Amino acid sequence: MINKTFESVAAALDGIADGSVIMVGGFGTAGMPSQLVDGVIASGARDLTIISNNAGNGEIGLAALLKAGRVAKVICSFPRQSDSYVFDELYLAGKVQLEVVPQGNLAERIRAAGSGIGAFYSPTGYGTLLAEGKETRVIDGRNYVLEMPLHADVALIKAEKGDRWGNLTYRKAARNFGPIMAMAAKTTIAQVNRIVELGELDPENIVTPGIFVQRVVAVPLAPISNANVN
Amino acid sequence: MTVMKKLSRSEMAQRVADDILEGSYVNLGIGVPTLVANYLGDKEVFLHSENGVLGMGPSPAPGEEDDDLINAGKQHVTLLPGGAYFHHADSFSMMRGGHIDIAVLGAFQVSVSGDLANWHTGAEGSIPAVGGAMDLATGARQVFVMMDHLTKTGESKLVPQCTYPLTGIGCVTRIYTDLAILDVTAQGLKVREIVADISFEDLQTLSGVPLIR
Repeated sequence: MINKTFESVAAALDGIADGSVIMVGGFGTAGMPSQLVDGVIASGARDLTIISNNAGNGEIGLAALLKAGRVAKVICSFPRQSDSYVFDELYLAGKVQLEVVPQGNLAERIRAAGSGIGAFYSPTGYGTLLAEGKETRVIDGRNYVLEMPLHADVALIKAEKGDRWGNLTYRKAARNFGPIMAMAAKTTIAQVNRIVELGELDPENIVTPGIFVQRVVAVPLAPISNANVN
Repeated sequence: MTVMKKLSRSEMAQRVADDILEGSYVNLGIGVPTLVANYLGDKEVFLHSENGVLGMGPSPAPGEEDDDLINAGKQHVTLLPGGAYFHHADSFSMMRGGHIDIAVLGAFQVSVSGDLANWHTGAEGSIPAVGGAMDLATGARQVFVMMDHLTKTGESKLVPQCTYPLTGIGCVTRIYTDLAILDVTAQGLKVREIVADISFEDLQTLSGVPLIR
C-alpha cells in the first residue's frame, strides 16, 4: 500500500541536506507553509537557497529561518514589504544574497523546471536591470529574454486537503505557487489542513495530482503564532 | 501665486473608471490604482489580482476577513459569484499572454515614448523588489498610468527619458494625472483632456516635454 502521509512535521522533513535549494510556497502569509519552515529550522539545515515570492513577514516562517541564519541566498520577486525587517537587515549587512526575478518569470521558471522545458523566451523584463547579461532574441518583431528553469531539491507547500497518494486541493488564493512548485522539486512536501481518505477528493477538483507530491503531513488549521518557532 | 485646482486621487480614479468598458479584464496595481474599483458602478468588469484571483470583489465586512483571500497588495478582498482561483503560472499567463485588457499602474516616471519606471528608485541602500510590475507592463494589452503630474518638489514625471530604472519599454498607452489625460502616440504625448484649470501652454510649461494638442 502506498502511503505518502507522515505522522509529524519532523518525520516529513527528514533528510534535508545543508546547501539544499528549497522552494517555499505562499504569497505573503497566504499559502505559506509556516509549520514546515519551522520544521526546517528545527532540522538544523543551513546554507540554504530559498525560492519564494517574498522574503518573510515579521519573525515567523521564512523570516524566522532567515533570522536563524540558515539562508545563504533568496530568489524572489518582492523581498521588501512593510514587515520584512529581518530580511532587510541581513541583506543590507551583506549576509544574504538576493536574486530578484519578475513575478511572472519566477512562476514560469518554476513551471518550466517542472515541465521539462530547457529554457524559454519571455518578453517580461526586456531592456531592464533584471535582464542584464541575459541572452535576448527578436521573435515576430517582439523582444524577448532567455529565462532558465528553476529547479529545487525540496518544495514546501501548503494545501487544504491531501490523501495518502499525495493528491491535493487548495483553499482560495492560498493556492498561488503550490501547484507549480510541487512539479519543480525532487521532493515535494505538503502540509495540509486535513488528510482525507483515498477517493474522498473529487477527481474533477484535484488541483495537484499525487505524482507531483512525495510527502503529506497534516497540520490542522490554527492561528499563525510565534509559539512553535525556535 | 494662486493655487491651481487639480484632480484629487478619487477624481482621477473616477476618470480612469469612466474609460473602462464593461466586460474588460482589468488588473489594478498596488496603491492608488486600487481606488479605481470604487468607481466602476454597475459595470461588470473582471478584476484580476496576480496572486491568483479573477472576479475580485470589494473589501470584506469587518469580521469576514479570510487570510487565504487577499489581493496583490496583501489586503483582504472578496470573490464575486463567478470568480475563480488559479495558480501563479496561469495568473501570469493571463497577463503575458495578452488576455488582460487593461493594467492600471502607478509610476515614478513615464517617457515620451511610453517607457515606464515604477519599481525601483535605484537609490543606494534601497532593496530592489519588482513583484508583478514588469509582467503587467509588458503583458497587458493597454497600460494606463495613474500618477501625479509633478513630483513633490515640482519636477515633471513626464520625461524625455526615464532616469529611474525601467519597468518596461514603450509599454504605456495612456496617462491619467491630476492635470491632464494623455495618450502615448508614435508622434509623442498627445493631450486628450486638460483636467485642471490651466491652459495648454501652462501644461506644456509644467510638463517639460513636448506635448501634442
